[in-house]
Amino acid sequence: MNVQVQDWVKVGTLADIPRRGARCVRNGEMTIAIFRTANDKVFALEDKCPHRQGPLSQGIVHDGCVTCPLHNWVISLETGEAQGADEGSTATFPVKLDGDAVLLAIGIR
Amino acid sequence: MKKLVVIGAGMASGRVLEHLFERDPDAFEVTLFNAEPRGNYNRIMLSPVLSGEKSYEEIVIHDDAWYAQHNVTCRFGEKVAAIDCARKVVIGENGEVPYDKLIIATGSAPFIIPVDGHDLPGVITYRDLEDTNAMIETAGKPGASAVVIGGGLLGLEAAAGLRLRGMDVTVVHLAGHLMERQLDESAGYLLRKDFERRGIDVLTSASTKAIVGNGRVEGIELQDGTTIRADLVVMAVGIRPAAQLAREAGIEVGRAIVVDAQMATSDKDVFAVGECVEFQGALFGLVAPLYDQAAVLAENLLGGEASFVPKELATKLKVTGVDLYSAGDFNQGDDREEIVLRDATAGVYRRLVLEDNRIVGAVLYGETADGPWFFDMIKSGADISDMRDTVIFGQAYQGGEPLDPMAAVAALPDEAEICGCNGVCKGKIVNVINDKGLTALDDVRAHTKASSSCGTCTGLVEQLMVLTLGDKYNPAAVQPMCGCTDLGHDDVRRLIVAKELKSIDAVMQELEWKTSCGCAKCRPALNYYLVCDWPDEYADDYQSRFINERVHANVQKDGTYSVVPRMWGGVTSSTELRAIADVVDKFDIPTVKCTGGQRIDMLGIKKEDLPAVWADLGKAGFVSGHAYAKGLRTVKTCVGTDWCRFGTQDSTGLGVRLEKFMWGSWTPAKVKLAVSGCPRNCAEATCKDVGVVCVDSGFEIHFAGAAGLEIKGTEVLCQVRTEDEALEYIVALTQMYREQARYLERIYKWAKRIGYDEVRRQIVDDPERRKAYFDRFVFSQKFAQVDPWSERVSGKDKHEFKPMATLSLEAAE
Repeated sequence: MNVQVQDWVKVGTLADIPRRGARCVRNGEMTIAIFRTANDKVFALEDKCPHRQGPLSQGIVHDGCVTCPLHNWVISLETGEAQGADEGSTATFPVKLDGDAVLLAIGIR
Repeated sequence: MKKLVVIGAGMASGRVLEHLFERDPDAFEVTLFNAEPRGNYNRIMLSPVLSGEKSYEEIVIHDDAWYAQHNVTCRFGEKVAAIDCARKVVIGENGEVPYDKLIIATGSAPFIIPVDGHDLPGVITYRDLEDTNAMIETAGKPGASAVVIGGGLLGLEAAAGLRLRGMDVTVVHLAGHLMERQLDESAGYLLRKDFERRGIDVLTSASTKAIVGNGRVEGIELQDGTTIRADLVVMAVGIRPAAQLAREAGIEVGRAIVVDAQMATSDKDVFAVGECVEFQGALFGLVAPLYDQAAVLAENLLGGEASFVPKELATKLKVTGVDLYSAGDFNQGDDREEIVLRDATAGVYRRLVLEDNRIVGAVLYGETADGPWFFDMIKSGADISDMRDTVIFGQAYQGGEPLDPMAAVAALPDEAEICGCNGVCKGKIVNVINDKGLTALDDVRAHTKASSSCGTCTGLVEQLMVLTLGDKYNPAAVQPMCGCTDLGHDDVRRLIVAKELKSIDAVMQELEWKTSCGCAKCRPALNYYLVCDWPDEYADDYQSRFINERVHANVQKDGTYSVVPRMWGGVTSSTELRAIADVVDKFDIPTVKCTGGQRIDMLGIKKEDLPAVWADLGKAGFVSGHAYAKGLRTVKTCVGTDWCRFGTQDSTGLGVRLEKFMWGSWTPAKVKLAVSGCPRNCAEATCKDVGVVCVDSGFEIHFAGAAGLEIKGTEVLCQVRTEDEALEYIVALTQMYREQARYLERIYKWAKRIGYDEVRRQIVDDPERRKAYFDRFVFSQKFAQVDPWSERVSGKDKHEFKPMATLSLEAAE
């Protein structure tokens, strides 16, 4: 039986991430960007724009989206989908707050 | 098909061909001779080519494709030896061409004063592209100086262009004041002052005795014994119609080729147009009557019966920054009265000459917007008794109307001329817009020719489009900053100051932003506006800055960064170079490269290494070079008097001083400066946002250059005598730009939008305002001049540079 197990891992506290900003979490070869919006919600995306692999963690965060610093693609933090006329998507990861702690889930088989 | 031969591919004959092909493309098989090795171009615009404001390609009227499309056999670069009217053939250097109809459009040749030395190399006229290129070439030689003989329209345009090319220029004029045929003495005086302010020497009542030189021109000698050094002498004393070919063919020639009102010569199959014709004793030099002649001739060639009627003419000088308009007859006379308005501070002079309560002449200097209105009254002979007291103030002051340019245009009668060059009246433009459903300026140009020659009436044409189309045409429509608001950048900037909004939240609340926290377009703009307007009160919001400004390095395509330390004025030392070499080795930096702004760029640095790289660079005395900033980037310099045998000032020193004064300031877009020690301009100052070209007598300040997406030479702001003044003017200009421009708008775009003269008015002509700008810049620097690298080495924003966590996954079971 194939069971997808979600392991919640504490990666830091909410205060570690600037409001309307992001921090990175290294996971082996992959970098995951944890975003914090203006109203203190957190989201996690692979730190790679679907366009030219730009580091989304370095973009400007606004209204539930991030604008990629390389070519201004706008990516939804919730779905990872490119907005507007652009097409493509970035992997999303479950992330939640437990009190002040930021918990990230990485699927492990 | 009948054979039409045209001798001369100038603007007049070109216009004849346009009319012919438009009306009946199959009427004639055309052969076109031209002594110049090219087709028809807009000769009026040679002055902007000389000054560098336009290129030759931009002034071509008919290109090869146009001639090919209309099956014109072009014999360019071939001179016509003779015309045989009996056999009806034109004899070119390369063979004969028979004709049914012949148009002579040989134009005119410049007049050469036959003084000693007039044939020396380096003595040229100002007539065609070859002359223009010869002037540009000589101007490119280091320290070259020029004498322009003749202070008329053409001579002054040549002088201004050569000056802009960096030459020392003297204008030698025979009459008592400049442009005596178009201007009265007072306007001539203002014009002279304007030219002297540009650094051009003007000698009036000066008669040339000889041109001197050994194998090449070296200078000129005046009748009073004065000698003036010159590497180039431009003769612009007048033109003489080129009628020799016609005369030799037995066609009647007086001062020029005599034509009747149908443009026919004494031979019924030979016609003439342009500067080579004489009609009722008059000669023609301006483009408007030539185009009228062209229309008449085309009509008659196609079997019509049109007659040429000379009209009143108005003149405008095409020198950037000089506003001058004259029309009609303004000589004094017993039966004439005049009304004069002077405003010395604004440099405005207006004079109307009246006869029997009608305006017969007008001279406007400094403020010429009312020129067409006065010109219209001259032509219509309107009785002005009712508005005698106020007529001098212009149209806007009549009948208690508010100062609304639209109302002024709306009030013009249908026959009012809008485009003087092409003789297009208001009614025609309005009709064409309506009939063809035009909504774009370029389309109106294409269909009516209005504003397609010298372009000075573009504003009027646009106003007519607004009047005719209403909301359908609105080029000045405010472009909203972004989707988050309906307000444009200018409104937002104005409201930030007026309502004293001092945070992004306050702006979004008070100005009713449509989104909760803006977007990546408006947030960086608002952050900049607030930093600029409230330097001491606003807390810079780094989350509203682009990544490069947030981490003070330049993000690269692979997510690594590049680092450029500041090298003041581009000067470095062995210690600095050694420190850079050590950093490159220690952090294994893959690429080291020199930038265009005389700096060293280290590329491929990992983000987490940045603070350590900066720490090492900081120990050697380096601070951030702001290569990532919408701010002062670099001041490029040459070595100036320190080393260079041509240097006139300490250009390196001034560059370093400017950079130390201005570093750290945030600006709407990047700002790059350069200081060249002499007009050879090795620091390439004339394509920078702000540039300085040092000359013996001081510092020539330039602005609004571009050498990126667009290429544009700078405009001259002014010349000052001392380094202190240069610093004050440049800093004030930068502050004006900081306060007024839209985010991401470079200086050249901003200055073009608000008008170069407006910049000069505020920075050069208004010392109080300049001082105020300067002081505000100095105040804001108190908060801006903090080295961001050392701040970050000390721990600021350390979250930016480190991952929050590194997960090491345990092997899954």
